[in-house]
Amino acid sequence: MSATASTRQLKFVQALNEALDLCMTKDPRVFIIGLGAPDPAAIFASTKGLVEKYGPTRVLDMPVAENAITGVALGAALRGMRPVMTHIRLEFAMLTIDQIVNQAAKWHYMFGGQASVPLVIRMVVGRGWGQGAQHSQSLQSWFAHVPGLKVVMPATPHDAKGLLISAIEDNNPVVFIEHRWLYGIHGPVPEGVYRVPLGQPNVLRQGRHVTVVATSYMTLEAVRAADELAQEGIELEIVDVRTLNPFDETLVLESVRKTGKLIVADTGWRSVGFAAEVVARVTERCFGDLKAPPVRLTLPDVPTPTTRALSNYYYPLVHDITAAARRLAGRPAKPAPEIKPEAFLDVPDPSFTGPF
Amino acid sequence: MKNRQTPPDVARRMLHGIMRVRLIEERIRKLYAEQEMRCPTHFSIGQEAVAVGVCAHLKREELITSAHRSHAHYLAKGGDLKGMLAELYGKATGCAAGKGGSMHLIDRSVGFLGAVPIVGSTIPIGVGAALSSVLQGNPLLTVIFFGDAATEAGVFHESLNIAALHKLPVVMVCENNLYSVLSPLSVRKPEDREIVQLAQGHGVFNGQADGNDADAVYALAGEAIERARAGQGPAFLEFKTYRWYEHCGPLEDQHLGYRPPGELEAWKARDPLKLYAGRLRQHGIVSDADIAVMEKTIDAEIDEAVAFAKASPFPTRDQLATHLYAP
Repeated sequence: MSATASTRQLKFVQALNEALDLCMTKDPRVFIIGLGAPDPAAIFASTKGLVEKYGPTRVLDMPVAENAITGVALGAALRGMRPVMTHIRLEFAMLTIDQIVNQAAKWHYMFGGQASVPLVIRMVVGRGWGQGAQHSQSLQSWFAHVPGLKVVMPATPHDAKGLLISAIEDNNPVVFIEHRWLYGIHGPVPEGVYRVPLGQPNVLRQGRHVTVVATSYMTLEAVRAADELAQEGIELEIVDVRTLNPFDETLVLESVRKTGKLIVADTGWRSVGFAAEVVARVTERCFGDLKAPPVRLTLPDVPTPTTRALSNYYYPLVHDITAAARRLAGRPAKPAPEIKPEAFLDVPDPSFTGPF
Repeated sequence: MKNRQTPPDVARRMLHGIMRVRLIEERIRKLYAEQEMRCPTHFSIGQEAVAVGVCAHLKREELITSAHRSHAHYLAKGGDLKGMLAELYGKATGCAAGKGGSMHLIDRSVGFLGAVPIVGSTIPIGVGAALSSVLQGNPLLTVIFFGDAATEAGVFHESLNIAALHKLPVVMVCENNLYSVLSPLSVRKPEDREIVQLAQGHGVFNGQADGNDADAVYALAGEAIERARAGQGPAFLEFKTYRWYEHCGPLEDQHLGYRPPGELEAWKARDPLKLYAGRLRQHGIVSDADIAVMEKTIDAEIDEAVAFAKASPFPTRDQLATHLYAP
């Protein structure tokens, strides 16, 4: 593709911002509501410039009343508006589970198709700099468990923009989960409106030896692992899930039929989580193609500790992916890097300084 | 409160409305025993005057939301009776295609946005409907019906604050029937604080009236609705009333012993239907013959709707997974 060379590079957060801007320009029904959405910090700059451009009736701040505001957004959506609600941390959406799970997810079905809820709920997952137990949870598996919700986790700037536009144009409630550590990554982002369809995973990298199915930030870690392993002649095939509900496993099955080896790397917890769902679908559908037991790389089933002396051992690292892949590929293990408790693994790159 | 007389034509319409809800629900009570309406059903009998007195003001396009005890609101707003009965029977012709039942009535064609049984949940949804109308530059009144218990939920306070903040065209109507399931107000709020005082704290227009007196409901609702339509902001109204039958289901529940002795009888003596029929007769607004005609007409309407509902088909198996996502 000759266009690739000239494609702009944008940060993930700029891609989100551009998607919001474009949707607000082309559709007057789109409005943003969220605590701090129009403030100078602008949700880590994801809503930057929008209140200046569209005014305070389209970029609304709100009382700290997340549950009611979610209902308000739902009520507005019922009447044809397209609200985009924003939570600066996913945990604040926990106050709104009634409106998301009992209401938004159900209104279309339980009213026999007479009501639809075009509502996007953005949730930012925090990590590092001591985010601790209540600023770091990655609860996509919960939301993906609920019929009627769509659950999206972009991993690249390209997909952040294309998926957010699709989510805003979708006539259903969409939980749009953004990992804070992706905000600063760069990637090619085309100009103008384009869409990445909801419900379609993407083969981010082709490879013959081991399939890695990854969500959100773990996709980026998988790419890093693939780069490292390529030097050893091990090819990873990376399937970026992108949409967890509805989850189309076709590409995953095709890949496992080719490689016979499966690693699932998810940003959430292990038990009853999305990684388990992927493993279940693969074992149900192509058990005979598997040449080794599938591997889940997830968070251990404990809350997020604040001190880096513990969180350094909490998040799966690139090394965990490479080690699992070597084992599955029948290659000798390499010694695990020593991780010191005081190491600064709590930032995605040195440009991050706290608090964030 | 201004002295507002109910115009005679409205009074006749309200009497018909109260009687219609009563006769429909009495019919549902009888039919429920056949065990063919297999959904939790919360009867409005005893509380009809609130729904009818408020909705008497509303234009077809104006919106309402409701909660678990929604039949009276649905009917008073003009919701389709056939669709409601078919819904209770779980039929494909039901207002929610059989997927909702009594607790999930909807009729968008008359502004009935929806009803759900999670207490308080439709309050912000109604506020959001009103907010959308303001954002669209075409303010539209939304009336939100709920019971006394909803005022104990955080979402009620959050929603009232939001409605007040944005001066939305919202009228919240609290039907205080003294009980949440079997739990009396005495275990749910301090004795010396009236529910309406909560709204005073939020600084919105508020009022309290006898929910069994259709004229009193009509008068107070009228004032609140005019203010809201005129852009003067939201209102909260508390109407004291009483549910005659069990929390959920068609039967009496005196044997449970949660109502103090004589309480039900005292409220039945102030039956909103008898009270209003008597008053209109006394003022010569209706005659006994008029009332007989009303009853006959309503009964015929119910006969037809019940026949329609019973004859309607169930949804076919292929409908299980339809309506999961909107296209």
